[in-house]
Amino acid sequence: MKRESIIEILLFTVSLFSLVSLMGIVLSIFGEAIPFFREVPFLDFITGKCWYPTSEPPCFGLLPLLAGSIVVTIGAMLVSLPIGLGTALYLSEFAKPGVREILKPFVELLAGIPSVIYGFFGMVILAPLVQKIFRVPVGLNAFTASLLLGVMTLPTIASIAEDALNSVPVTLREASLALGATKWETATRIVLPAAKSGILTSIVLGAGRAAGETMTVLMVAGGAAVIPRSIFQPVRPITATIAAEMGEVAMGSVHYHALFALAAVLFLSTLCFNILAERIKGREG
Amino acid sequence: MRKAVEIGGIAFCLISVLFALLSLFLILFFIFINGIKVISPSFLFDFPRKAMTEGGIFPAIVGTFLLSLGAVFFSLPLGVMTAVYLTEYATSRRIVKLIKIGINNLAGTPSVVFGLFGLAVFVKLLGFGVSVLSGSLTLGILILPVIIRASEEAIKSVPRELREASLALGATRWQTVKNVVLPSALPGILTGAILGVGRAAGETAPILFTAATFYTAHLPRSLFDEVMALPYHIYALMTEGTFPEKQVPIAFGTAVVLLLLVLGINSFAIWLRYRRRRAW
Repeated sequence: MKRESIIEILLFTVSLFSLVSLMGIVLSIFGEAIPFFREVPFLDFITGKCWYPTSEPPCFGLLPLLAGSIVVTIGAMLVSLPIGLGTALYLSEFAKPGVREILKPFVELLAGIPSVIYGFFGMVILAPLVQKIFRVPVGLNAFTASLLLGVMTLPTIASIAEDALNSVPVTLREASLALGATKWETATRIVLPAAKSGILTSIVLGAGRAAGETMTVLMVAGGAAVIPRSIFQPVRPITATIAAEMGEVAMGSVHYHALFALAAVLFLSTLCFNILAERIKGREG
Repeated sequence: MRKAVEIGGIAFCLISVLFALLSLFLILFFIFINGIKVISPSFLFDFPRKAMTEGGIFPAIVGTFLLSLGAVFFSLPLGVMTAVYLTEYATSRRIVKLIKIGINNLAGTPSVVFGLFGLAVFVKLLGFGVSVLSGSLTLGILILPVIIRASEEAIKSVPRELREASLALGATRWQTVKNVVLPSALPGILTGAILGVGRAAGETAPILFTAATFYTAHLPRSLFDEVMALPYHIYALMTEGTFPEKQVPIAFGTAVVLLLLVLGINSFAIWLRYRRRRAW
């Protein structure tokens, strides 16, 4: 009997590990970010319009990097939202079961391609193409990055939205069809509204994925830390800044702690996305 | 009018699916057609030479195997135990909810944040340095949600009658878990572990500052050595070095190897899962 309760306590302790890791992430990121705010006032950081970490005197302003992240995230959603929802609708409402069984694994495979491969593909193939087609000075820009991020987040949106559509009871569809509605009308006016919370969750998680994606934007977004005036300008999202600069900073310097401050901003914003997704799911019950 | 909307709507959905498939095939096609001619036995089994402009990628292949297997080695026991607790033991809904919030937020944390966490904790605080160990631990925490979710699903799909039969025969809860539930859930748990390996093998950002290096003259001799890794090698070839015209073909070849590895692993896992679903 005693053995049983020891095992239960052991399992309980181990299962707290993911919570502990999450707290470890919070503590280590915020802990390393605090020294930065002793040097640079918080307000200067979040309202600063320049990012010149190595010039003299240095400038640590969040806005150009945040603008980069926001532009590519919105751009990615413009691509992945319609196409992801269209894919989900097709798979769950219109495809024959056999066709669906064949197509679904391919969407899952798309989700499995490593981000560095997207970045590589973007650098050597997509960027030169974008440069030629749109006659812009550089192919590595916010547009190219958005396009790739859109394709990357498409499987996230498609698979979560499809699960949501699938969980709508068949009886609702049958009732609608029996009343003379077409398949499209049933899908858009009955099934989509019924799956609303799942669809919203898929959008929020997709956006969170796009905002947190690192390698693709590091390789493809162009790396210019300025607030972009057009979608065809190079940008430097928060994730790319951290990855690009952490390799070159001196441990313990203001710049080093500044990158942790960026990571803290990033963590907080993806946390908001996650909490939002959780809320939407919770409301459904 | 209704007919036109109907046809237009369904056509849009079909085009969306085709766009997704086309993206997959275009990426694979361009990378394979450029990379396949670089691949040869010596490319796979040689060390890089002449400042990365010649030779092979053997150390990067070995490094990626070590890092991803290390991550699963660390993450699998923790993940399975968590899944067992959540599905078989936990009685308080609030605790289950709390643990799940932890798992979901861990899954949503950007990979570069994991990289900084690994740098601050494993590399600096615990003093493991830039090493296989630091990288494996960082990747292990990254894939923990994948392993937990797959194990949970697998354990939940074990029919209740099996548990009841075992308990009715006088087995304790742990004996039931160990002798009945886990063996039946094993295929599903393995699928999760395989997906975890695939995910860990393809990640770059978490190992940038915790494990990876552009070049080593020898294979790692201990867990505390830094390693080359396939994803980082692609990134480094594209952004460092002085001979891009010679480095890009090598990057194509490396990308083919990484894609074959990751897609091979994922297809295997997907196939296992479909087969298992059909069996039940």
